[in-house]
Amino acid sequence: MREGTRHVLAILLENEPGALSRVVGLFSQRGYNIDSLSVAPTHDETLSRLTVSTWGDERTVAQIVKHLNRLIDVVQVADLSEGDHLEREILLLKVGAVGGEQRAEIARTVSIFDGKIVDTHPEQYTLQISGRSDKLDAFIQALGSVSILEYVRSGIIGMSRSEEDILPG
Amino acid sequence: MNENAPLAEEAAREQPQLPQVSGGDALIRALKEVGVDSVWGYPGGAALHIYDALFKQNSIEHILVRHEQAAVHAADGYARATGRCGVVLVTSGPGATNTLTGIATAYMDSIPLVVISGQVRTQLIGTDCFQETDMVGCSRPVVKHSFLVKKAEDIPAAVRRAFYIATTGRPGPVVVDIPKDCTEPNQTFEYRMPEAHETEMRSYTPVKRAASDQIRRAVELLRQAERPVAYLGGGVVQGEAAEVATELCRRLHLPTTCTLMGLGGYPGSLEDPNWLGMLGMHGTYEANMAMHHSDVILGVGVRFDDRITNSPDKFCPGAQIIHIDIDPASIDKIIRPDLAIVGPADEVLGDMLKALDSGGESEEDVRERRLPWRERISGWRSAHGLNHHCVPEDETPGRISPQRVIQALYRLTGGSAYITSDVGQHQMFAAQYYPFARPRRWINSGGLGTMGFGFPAAMGVQYAFPDAEVICVTGEGSIQMCLQELATCIQYNLPVKIVNLNNAALGMVKQWQDMQYAGRHSHSTYSDSLPDFVKLVEAYGHVGARIEAPEDLEPELEKALGQRDRLVFVDIAVDPDEHVYPMQIAPGAVNDLWLSRTERS
Repeated sequence: MREGTRHVLAILLENEPGALSRVVGLFSQRGYNIDSLSVAPTHDETLSRLTVSTWGDERTVAQIVKHLNRLIDVVQVADLSEGDHLEREILLLKVGAVGGEQRAEIARTVSIFDGKIVDTHPEQYTLQISGRSDKLDAFIQALGSVSILEYVRSGIIGMSRSEEDILPG
Repeated sequence: MNENAPLAEEAAREQPQLPQVSGGDALIRALKEVGVDSVWGYPGGAALHIYDALFKQNSIEHILVRHEQAAVHAADGYARATGRCGVVLVTSGPGATNTLTGIATAYMDSIPLVVISGQVRTQLIGTDCFQETDMVGCSRPVVKHSFLVKKAEDIPAAVRRAFYIATTGRPGPVVVDIPKDCTEPNQTFEYRMPEAHETEMRSYTPVKRAASDQIRRAVELLRQAERPVAYLGGGVVQGEAAEVATELCRRLHLPTTCTLMGLGGYPGSLEDPNWLGMLGMHGTYEANMAMHHSDVILGVGVRFDDRITNSPDKFCPGAQIIHIDIDPASIDKIIRPDLAIVGPADEVLGDMLKALDSGGESEEDVRERRLPWRERISGWRSAHGLNHHCVPEDETPGRISPQRVIQALYRLTGGSAYITSDVGQHQMFAAQYYPFARPRRWINSGGLGTMGFGFPAAMGVQYAFPDAEVICVTGEGSIQMCLQELATCIQYNLPVKIVNLNNAALGMVKQWQDMQYAGRHSHSTYSDSLPDFVKLVEAYGHVGARIEAPEDLEPELEKALGQRDRLVFVDIAVDPDEHVYPMQIAPGAVNDLWLSRTERS
């Protein structure tokens, strides 16, 4: 059983070689958890933006934020969970899809979840769903007994809904 | 002949010509520009271009050690004693990895160092070539920051940034890894050291000042306290705040204790009724009792680590805690403060002094309020304090107590020597029995607890202060971890004194085995295989002395310390059965202590 609550941290990082390893290293070195991590450069190419999903009690998360801020390459850190925010994740799924009935059933489920069938083979579909992580989980549940051949999730990306809380970069 | 040539020459004169240098020359030049006068190092393949650049100049002195670990400890000792940044130069691969213990030592104690490591050629990085190691990766968890230089032109900026990061905010070690092709002598470029503002980093802005309302609240809390204690740490020493801290503690009549790293942050003196001595695992009875029973604690430049708090959940239950530190991550890491002030210790304490000046209760009233508390503390002190209990009551006749050695050193040096130490019982005895009147005189590896630190650190101190009395208090275990530096001391004439408390065992390990493992001395003894230290140091060209009888202790020590221009190694046979007390009992509160083999608090 996990203790504490889930937090989504947005981190602006110098887009330098080795900078990401400092962030990842910090988590492992101090025994913090990473549930998911996604990273890419921003429209300002000198910066990368990371979204880290972690969990812990208030004090641990406060320490994580402070230690992240201590890293020289970290420009700014925000705990998105402190306010109203958006979270998105993408799931790509290759599933067995054999026979008209099963293929139709999968297509219906995908449509209910506002997803897409992005590739198709006589006995396979590749599905794409995006949304909050719990929606992705619910989609997997809804697929029921369909056999999953390959599964990949992007990890969460997040952004505050507030007009003021802007991580420039 | 080109008729335009004179014109071209004129144009060149008008445009200030930047000097053409190689990467190696640029490095040396940049080091000079940021104020470096000495570098501790060891050459090797990937660093040879740099070493050639060193050879061609005279303004930076290079001290050749005999092991890279010692280079870092020596630069670290230099930094601790002077407050300046220590500099290390090593080659790639094993040269670089040998520095890691030294870097981790400096990191744990927040010591400013710049470690320059040669790296294999850029094109060879990642190919497992000869003497290649990922130095930036290896050192990552124990540095404040690191750089891998990409091209020669970047070297001056990397140097400026490295020194800026190492010495500002909470100081720490910075690694600059330079591939060999970046220092190639035949490839020259225009040397340009960027101005300080050009190397500013949007991602690094150390705090300069603290909020004034917090300062006022802290002062009020301390004034009103019935049973306050000031608890000063390494941040007071490294942050150049000893003077203001002392003034503040005196004006607020605060009983004051220092951590192992903070010793000298407040003048240690057996005559000062407010001086409690060191606190923590081997702290004094009065310091630990006062902490436990206090109502307000002023923690400055401290980190409430496990050697101080014992069990954090039992830590000082009745106290409101004010925590001042330059590093926000130190706040609420172990102990949640009631009032946190993030800022440089000297600035914050200086502001507190100003707040004291701007009115409020008179100092006399504050002093009056403290009288019952001071009374209680002197009760603890006379019951079990170190100055009451200066020497073990069960001292064995004919044996030299290690505590007596430290007391003799204190008397003979007038309390003003630079004392470095290694790690173990001798370290604790030195911390307990040599009251440091000034900051930067006590130089030890408090955080990492690195055996082998003391001797090379003493070399660094002696190099910085050639005329000062520099003594390494060590044990026969620790000293054997960096003993090769005896050769360095001959080469560079570093007349440090080594006082070896020889109990023929890994004393602190043995003490724990006595106390917690029913006396099973698992691999902590080696009495039949110890070297003859006198002969050993003589073989290196130094002076050795052996002291075995208590009556010889003081005269022989005096003789050794009197040889100011020689390295003297004094090997002292101390009582092998001696333990360090007091000792906190884990898991417990700060005041759960063994006071002797048989007596608990």
